[in-house]
Amino acid sequence: MSGLAWAFSRDLTLAWRHPGEAMLTLAFFVLVASLFPLGIGADPQLLARVGPGVIWVCALLAAFLGLPSLFASDHADGTLEQMALSADPIAAWVSGKIAAHWLSTGLPLTLLSPLLGLQYGLPADALVTLGAALLLGTPVLSLLGAACAALTLGARGGGMLLALLALPLFVPVLVFGAGAAEATAAGLSASPHLSLLGAGLLVAAVSVPFAVGSAIRIALD
Amino acid sequence: MNEARLAVRSLAATRGPATLFRELSFELAAGEIAAVRGPNGSGKTTLLRCVAGLTRPDHGEIQRSGALLFSGHLPGIKDDFNAEENLCVALRMRGLQPGEAAIHGALARVGLESRRRVPARRLSAGQRRRITLARLALDDAKLWILDEPLAALDADGEAVLGQLLARHLESGGLALVATHHDLPLARAAREIRLQP
Repeated sequence: MSGLAWAFSRDLTLAWRHPGEAMLTLAFFVLVASLFPLGIGADPQLLARVGPGVIWVCALLAAFLGLPSLFASDHADGTLEQMALSADPIAAWVSGKIAAHWLSTGLPLTLLSPLLGLQYGLPADALVTLGAALLLGTPVLSLLGAACAALTLGARGGGMLLALLALPLFVPVLVFGAGAAEATAAGLSASPHLSLLGAGLLVAAVSVPFAVGSAIRIALD
Repeated sequence: MNEARLAVRSLAATRGPATLFRELSFELAAGEIAAVRGPNGSGKTTLLRCVAGLTRPDHGEIQRSGALLFSGHLPGIKDDFNAEENLCVALRMRGLQPGEAAIHGALARVGLESRRRVPARRLSAGQRRRITLARLALDDAKLWILDEPLAALDADGEAVLGQLLARHLESGGLALVATHHDLPLARAAREIRLQP
């Protein structure tokens, strides 16, 4: 557990020193979500209809922004080597890093999403579902994204490759996440969608750190 | 506690199409130091990374006992942390939690006492290297693997490294050092020569 603790506190301190990066993610999220009404017109019914999907796509793209630097900067300055040689299991500190990444990008996106939902005129219960779905979905995005970021470590043109790898993997999260808020708006229960997101989160949280560990070992070899 | 030991048997490694070394065998016992020498590109770094367990050799066997400290080309120092924080983080990764006094002492010993609160991005290459020296002063690992530890160090820094190495060897540690320079030690180190 100590590996998880030092990696988490270290990465969180680094993120705190550079709030610009997290702010950029948030600004991107807000800006893109605000551009849509300008592009598709201000018909309230249409906006309420597309709102959850648009907000989810924006959150997904914003969550993607911070991924390339998740391991790359530590790889470039040699910290990743030292981490790999630490006494703690690789999956432990990888989990710590991913948790810190989610806390500095995914959580702010989740907290901001009801505000954007208001902009689209979503009803109150849909706002709650949207927040809940993002709360369950953004950690999955961080986990899956981390696996892809570790796989593209050291590859030339890593950023583009990362997009090609990660975005298709994000599709199930998008489908169930946006589906939850849409179901609520249509008067149905959102719990099947949320349950599936939760199940996905559990599976990813258990398996991804090990996959990331193997990918990092390969990148360091 | 078991005595620290390092044994390398018929090790072979390649980089792309080129064979770097083959049938390389040596042993180090407690208190011994070996200098890995050879021209650029002869595989010194690869050998050190193999021994540390970062790179998988093509052939051969490596037996280590005792904890390991690896200091590579890249020092693993974060620009946004100051000397003190860099040192703390590096030691926590190794499972150590030294007190504030120990940290101050180590930084004073390597001559960074007055610059310990300065972000690493404003430190010179030699001063950053000295943070690594402070790590050596506080870590209790028995096996040191150092890649070009003298790079960017001035005469004073070399002397500090010499003292640290001497103390480490006296206390039963062993060291594997890749370098082009003479090691600042009273006694001669064993040599492992790599041919291109």
